[in-house]
Amino acid sequence: MRIPCPFCGSRDAHEFSYLGDATPRRPDPAAPGAEAAFFDYVYLRDNPAGAFEEWWYHAAGCRQWLKVARDTRTHAITGAVLARDVAAPAAPTPAGGETAR
Amino acid sequence: MRYSVLSLLLNGLTGQRGWRPAWREPNPKPAYDVIIVGGGGHGLATAYYLARQHGIRNVAVIEKGYIGSGNAGRNTTIIRSNYLLPGNEPFYEWSMKLWEGLEQELNYNAMVSQRGVLNLYHSDAQRDAYARRGNAMRLHGVDSELLDAEGVRAMYPFLDFANARFPIRGGLLQRRGGTARHDAVVWGYARAADALGVDILQNCEVTGFLSEGDAITGVETTRGPVRAKKVGLAVAGSTSRVAGKAGLRLPIESHVLQAFVSEGLKPLIDGVVTFGAGHFYISQSDKGGLVFGGDIDGYNSYAQRGNLPVIEDVCEGGMALMPRLGRVRLLRHWGGIMDMSMDGSPIIDRTPRPGLYLNAGWCYGGFKATPASGWCFAHLLARDEAHETARAMRLDRFRTGHLIDEKGVGAQPNLH
Repeated sequence: MRIPCPFCGSRDAHEFSYLGDATPRRPDPAAPGAEAAFFDYVYLRDNPAGAFEEWWYHAAGCRQWLKVARDTRTHAITGAVLARDVAAPAAPTPAGGETAR
Repeated sequence: MRYSVLSLLLNGLTGQRGWRPAWREPNPKPAYDVIIVGGGGHGLATAYYLARQHGIRNVAVIEKGYIGSGNAGRNTTIIRSNYLLPGNEPFYEWSMKLWEGLEQELNYNAMVSQRGVLNLYHSDAQRDAYARRGNAMRLHGVDSELLDAEGVRAMYPFLDFANARFPIRGGLLQRRGGTARHDAVVWGYARAADALGVDILQNCEVTGFLSEGDAITGVETTRGPVRAKKVGLAVAGSTSRVAGKAGLRLPIESHVLQAFVSEGLKPLIDGVVTFGAGHFYISQSDKGGLVFGGDIDGYNSYAQRGNLPVIEDVCEGGMALMPRLGRVRLLRHWGGIMDMSMDGSPIIDRTPRPGLYLNAGWCYGGFKATPASGWCFAHLLARDEAHETARAMRLDRFRTGHLIDEKGVGAQPNLH
């Protein structure tokens, strides 16, 4: 599997670590119903078979977070963009993500 | 037909013409008492125990392909009950006890081989953790032995004890652990369930659910609608997809796990050995191939095939443990789709939809659980209450915080 990093070009998946589904958004902890919203955010997943958007971290490259579009049935990657260009306001924090496998 | 030495002899003398198919190929009836979706080991075991232990014989097992074509046919066949937590250990020990009597009960050779499972440790901290796990096992009445390096050397002198980074200091041994023949487990349960009247419907895909209000009252299939008082899902790997048709959103991600087998070799390693400093485990099949594996690939997948980084990682683990593996040629590798639950432990529970029951989230450890999973799921379906060994495996534990965090990780180690 090769991931087209917008900064480094096409690179082997070896260089990246994975964070997972890019759809969940961290809820506002001060909002009413935050407990249920956090349960949903932390545990529940759509887990689709097909088109999927996910976070990858280019640890052995430009060390930037990417949002990658991939098909979970074929592993075909249709695109990747820098997370900072698309993820406002709740992108994953490298502090938690760099230790991701 | 009961299999025996006599039936073998008689058929040997009469040109093997007396054998009959081990199960029927029935057409779907319009309605059943219970439908099990998923004809893998867990689904077929559930159907068997429903009929055998609870007298519920009007049961169908619905399988989209052929039985055992999913993870039951793709695993590394290890059976063990060396768990730490009270929510897990009694369940897996019950499974081990069922394994021990399985072949006699099913009249089928599942090649259950209690050749021992040895988990190696490589540091003082890991020894302490393994001692704790071994003690927890013994408190639950399960056998465990903590070996030092000399004890391990007596069993497997060819391991890399002097490895500069990961010297082998000893291991936790469960002698009752071992391996079983994965396909034979499926076939044995299928044959025994069929003999008790269970309909096994192959090449019949569930495409939706029948419902009245909230309650699930049957399934839509590619061979028409089939009604049932209760529907149980045992479709690990595809749980989100199938449960999604009933409107459920679950704490599960589907990931690909690869496994490997080498060319056939003379007897080399007579038990199951796991590397403690990386994720690598190995055993040898009765045919001679080394069967080994490691981590999941680590990204969501339904593809049943993995990628090279994990193959390299697994082979590095193997080389660090057992350098002589370097001259062995890899014969095959394959991938299966794992239900990765968010705490790494399974779910056997009711769902918010009345009439719909869930058996899911087996991560990469479902094979060893096959008998107890079937036993406990059948208990739940028949009596509407959890079996005593599966009480912690609730669907709502993620909401209430009662996680079974045996390893402290689920699909993504950084999340939970």
